[in-house]
Amino acid sequence: MANVKDNSTPVIQVRDLVKRFDGRAVLDGVNLEVFPGEMLVIMGGSGCGKSTLLRNLIGSMVPEEGVVEIFGQNTLVMDEPELDEIRKRFGILFQSGALFNSMTVGENVALPLKEHTDLDDETIDIMVKIKLEQVGLRQAEDLMPSEISGGMKKRAGLARAVALDPEILFYDEPSAGLDPVTSAEIDYLMMDLAKKLGVASVVVTHEMDSAFRIADRMIMLDKGKVLMAAKREEFETIRDGKPTGDDTKDLIRQFLRGDSEGPITRRRQAGGYEEDILHAAGAR
Amino acid sequence: MTDSPIQTVTWEDKVAVVKVAGDIDLHRSASLQHALLGLLDEQPSKVVVDLSGVPYMDSSGVASLVKLLSRTRKLGVSLVLLSPSQKVKSIFEITRLNSVFTITDSKEEAMA
Repeated sequence: MANVKDNSTPVIQVRDLVKRFDGRAVLDGVNLEVFPGEMLVIMGGSGCGKSTLLRNLIGSMVPEEGVVEIFGQNTLVMDEPELDEIRKRFGILFQSGALFNSMTVGENVALPLKEHTDLDDETIDIMVKIKLEQVGLRQAEDLMPSEISGGMKKRAGLARAVALDPEILFYDEPSAGLDPVTSAEIDYLMMDLAKKLGVASVVVTHEMDSAFRIADRMIMLDKGKVLMAAKREEFETIRDGKPTGDDTKDLIRQFLRGDSEGPITRRRQAGGYEEDILHAAGAR
Repeated sequence: MTDSPIQTVTWEDKVAVVKVAGDIDLHRSASLQHALLGLLDEQPSKVVVDLSGVPYMDSSGVASLVKLLSRTRKLGVSLVLLSPSQKVKSIFEITRLNSVFTITDSKEEAMA
């Protein structure tokens, strides 16, 4: 079933998600929902938990607490065959493209079609050309991954992620390492998939130009918690406004603007450096 | 849904008008393709594929129509896609095939 008819029911719903590493909560009570055709951008500084959240959403990591529902089904109680059925309905673009180096670009894109469908080779060949054309890579069909640039690998990864016409797409840093033109092209393709075909998209990124271009809604994660979840326009207001004296808003503002001064910097400076160094000195 | 995607085939002289119904996705593309290619054995001068009853089509459906287009061109048969919904038009746009196919919303134009 590739057709999402009801745009008012979330395709992803996360409730009270907690993930701990060595007793430390990396995700600490995260809630979110994503609707068909919507682009949700998850952002935050390094180590804020955004990649961990993505892994919990795609089922490659299991949380200690909470619920992850995809298409209304709790994925945390599913066995592997049930999870595989759900996974056929979503695509993932990994940061590096994650291509198989022993296969050509075209063979990489064909792989999910050969594994998960009964389509004949001629139809699959046509679909591979269609998918590669969509990402501007049709000429690279017969090249090996080692023969193409990082940006091309990412586009090939996207062609493979959309091979089965997924209803949900997860993107892990889709703009990282791309030149501005290629990055904008990928952004517009992502928007096309969301707006024209109703694909729900979850994008983890810290590239703010791209985030503000593509997002319908945004979530700012900090220390494993959702600091703010709102429409893009509300984040734009904070970014473009003056500091408010409210630490949370000013922290978000600093992150969005990439300023070198602000609550994030102060927090880092107040990280117990003095205690640490004196403790080290006293330990000898 | 795995029933036949072809609702009716009507002939006007040598023009075959094929009314397709329901979603055309991975589960039904092969069946649509089989039926449409089989129709070419009847030696039509033109095939009009009426898509007005198709709420959704994925790229496997588009690929099936590309295969049909390739065969019709080889045989000198015209192919027209009639009245796709906005959502189905979008899949042709996003796959950049809207200019490869002849697509119209007018039955008269399709039959001409």
